[in-house]
Amino acid sequence: MASRVLGTALFRSGFTVQDAPKYGAERRGAPIFSTVRAARGTAINERGVIHNPDLVVVADDTLLTVPAAGILQGLEQGAVVLVNSRESAETWQHRLNLDVQLVILPAAAEVEDRAELPHIGATCAGAAASLLGVIAPDVLAAAIGEELAGLGELVVEQNRRNALAAYRAVQDKKGLVREGKAVAAGDYTPPAWVELSVDDVGIAAPDVRAVANSVQVRTGLWRTLRPTIDYDHCVNCWWVCSSLCPDSAIRVENNTPIIDYDHCKGCMICVGVCPPHAIQGEPEYLAQQREAQSADTGAGDNNGTDTADG
Amino acid sequence: MEPILLTGNAAAAWGARLAGVDYVPAFPITPQTEIIETLGAWLDSGAMPGRMVTLESEHSMLTAAGAAAATGVRVFSATSSQGLLHAMEMLYTVAGWRAPFVLVNVSRGLSAPITLEADHNDVLAARDSGFLQIHCTDCQEVVDSVLLAYRLAEDTAVRLPVMVNLDGFYLSFTREPVRLPDLAAAREFLPPFDPGSMRFAASAPQSQAVAVLGGSPYSYFRYETHLAARNAISVYQRIAAEFESRFGRERGAVEAYRCDDADIVFFMIGSFASKAREAVDRLREAGRRVGLLRPRLLRPYPAEIIASALLGVRGVAVVDQNISMGQGGVLHTELAAALYGRGSAPAILTSFIGGLGGREIAPQEFFEMAEVTFRAVDEGRSPPPRLLYTETELRELRKLQSVALAEREQTSPAGRATP
Repeated sequence: MASRVLGTALFRSGFTVQDAPKYGAERRGAPIFSTVRAARGTAINERGVIHNPDLVVVADDTLLTVPAAGILQGLEQGAVVLVNSRESAETWQHRLNLDVQLVILPAAAEVEDRAELPHIGATCAGAAASLLGVIAPDVLAAAIGEELAGLGELVVEQNRRNALAAYRAVQDKKGLVREGKAVAAGDYTPPAWVELSVDDVGIAAPDVRAVANSVQVRTGLWRTLRPTIDYDHCVNCWWVCSSLCPDSAIRVENNTPIIDYDHCKGCMICVGVCPPHAIQGEPEYLAQQREAQSADTGAGDNNGTDTADG
Repeated sequence: MEPILLTGNAAAAWGARLAGVDYVPAFPITPQTEIIETLGAWLDSGAMPGRMVTLESEHSMLTAAGAAAATGVRVFSATSSQGLLHAMEMLYTVAGWRAPFVLVNVSRGLSAPITLEADHNDVLAARDSGFLQIHCTDCQEVVDSVLLAYRLAEDTAVRLPVMVNLDGFYLSFTREPVRLPDLAAAREFLPPFDPGSMRFAASAPQSQAVAVLGGSPYSYFRYETHLAARNAISVYQRIAAEFESRFGRERGAVEAYRCDDADIVFFMIGSFASKAREAVDRLREAGRRVGLLRPRLLRPYPAEIIASALLGVRGVAVVDQNISMGQGGVLHTELAAALYGRGSAPAILTSFIGGLGGREIAPQEFFEMAEVTFRAVDEGRSPPPRLLYTETELRELRKLQSVALAEREQTSPAGRATP
């Protein structure tokens, strides 16, 4: 969303634009990234990854240490990195030995967890627009309106407010991002190509062979909806929910189904198929709030949860 | 019309909308799904007339598409990768029916291992099916090619289904400025389908069937399909010339970019060809006479056009974003076959495999491919094929393998695992 807002704002400012998202697994918590290229007048022939970006925007500072995110690759002197972090710019520059211009994303209201910042996409786009120095605030506002039109006026307004606040907050660094140059063919570093050898099929085939370890991957973290069994209404027809769970995340003890929340992804199939309607669904964040509250008050609330397994 | 920012998928959907398609059989698959979602929303809101039916598989989807086209309605569908392969039996069948319609394929590497990003092994697996193939390099070409494809498919001298190919991610999800032809101009270029005798009305039932046993009639029908496909080269050139006169965009069977005085040229298809165009500009700035030759039309293969564009060229760097196991690059093989025995052909063809599963090709790699080809021209000998793969990539891969090995040895109850 941030890249589309930035792309549309640049396009409305008279640039030729190319923007594109890139992602792998489509699940909660998986890193995604996107690129925006802008040129004055000419068509953009390059595509895909930007090898030497002029500006990198990092919406979540935990990505800095994820190799697959590749954030630190291709950063040349003079590049600007905008990071959403509670740590200071100096801290990150020191930790990662970076020789770039690092800017911390301003947060309208400081929160405990930066991932909880609202409208993070628009906030990133707003700060980035300011750092680029070629996008006027009204053009940024119009781009947000265009990109989020389908979500209603209230959502557009909230995003606009946050984006423009971020835009103003880094205004002292307006135009910090320089314009990149094309790679010259007269003087380039040749790629270090290698010849691949014929490897043993044991490592050359893309087959994972290890003792079953999928239980260690806590896929329950992907869940946005939580099914909860109300044992007052459960009639112990255990076979239905446990055999229709596509993740084998409902085990049965003494004819009683128990949900394994470490691995339940919240597909809600059990909610739909439960004959006595004893399994209820609710948003995960509400369930977590409820748990936190009952932990505070010391009240027991262990309906259908799977604390025995940790 | 002023340009607007559109993804390749949205451009494909606009192509279908401007073509005034009647029927869209559909099945979702990444990275194509946005096409049918976009069409679905338009059909739902009434912005676009027509019918969409979601089928239970790509095999059924292609069957429905071919059957509908055989009754004389204008049909559009789209798929990708595993979906195209799942439909493979019907690709051959509906092409054999000579049912004209347009199928967009959004290229994605094939399993295994599974991936989401682009290469051309999916679309090239359909190379011999009887579907004609138009390959796109940017989002503008996607919408233009869908319109061209209907003219080509429905031409009575051709009457074959046409596949329009765009690369996943690099075009499918990439927004670029696109000029949409207005509906009236599109309709003038592409009038409603005139199917002639290929009609069906519930009030006048007729049966349509194809059956033949025995090699002699079989050979006749198969070769007629081949001849119709060969016809499609001149038909395509005529249609592309008309398109250019109406819309001002050159869409010939082969793009020749700065080839006129070139010593060597890159030869490739798909979205990465625009990266080659960029490299050509940079190499020209450095004083190297380099061009890009890019077939838009890959089936039928425009051999004569390619051969004449290569007159005077001394070396060709063929970049294949595909691999035929045990042989090498498909474009390299086909180019060699098309040029063999022509006295005027370039002496040197170098073969590079790059971009498999969406693997990037860096500007420096284009420069180096040009250098390797210049050297080969000087030495008068083509080097062995080269996979574009760097030391850094191999180091990363070895790291993954070492993690996998450590895990296996650590968890294997028998201690050390045998490889």
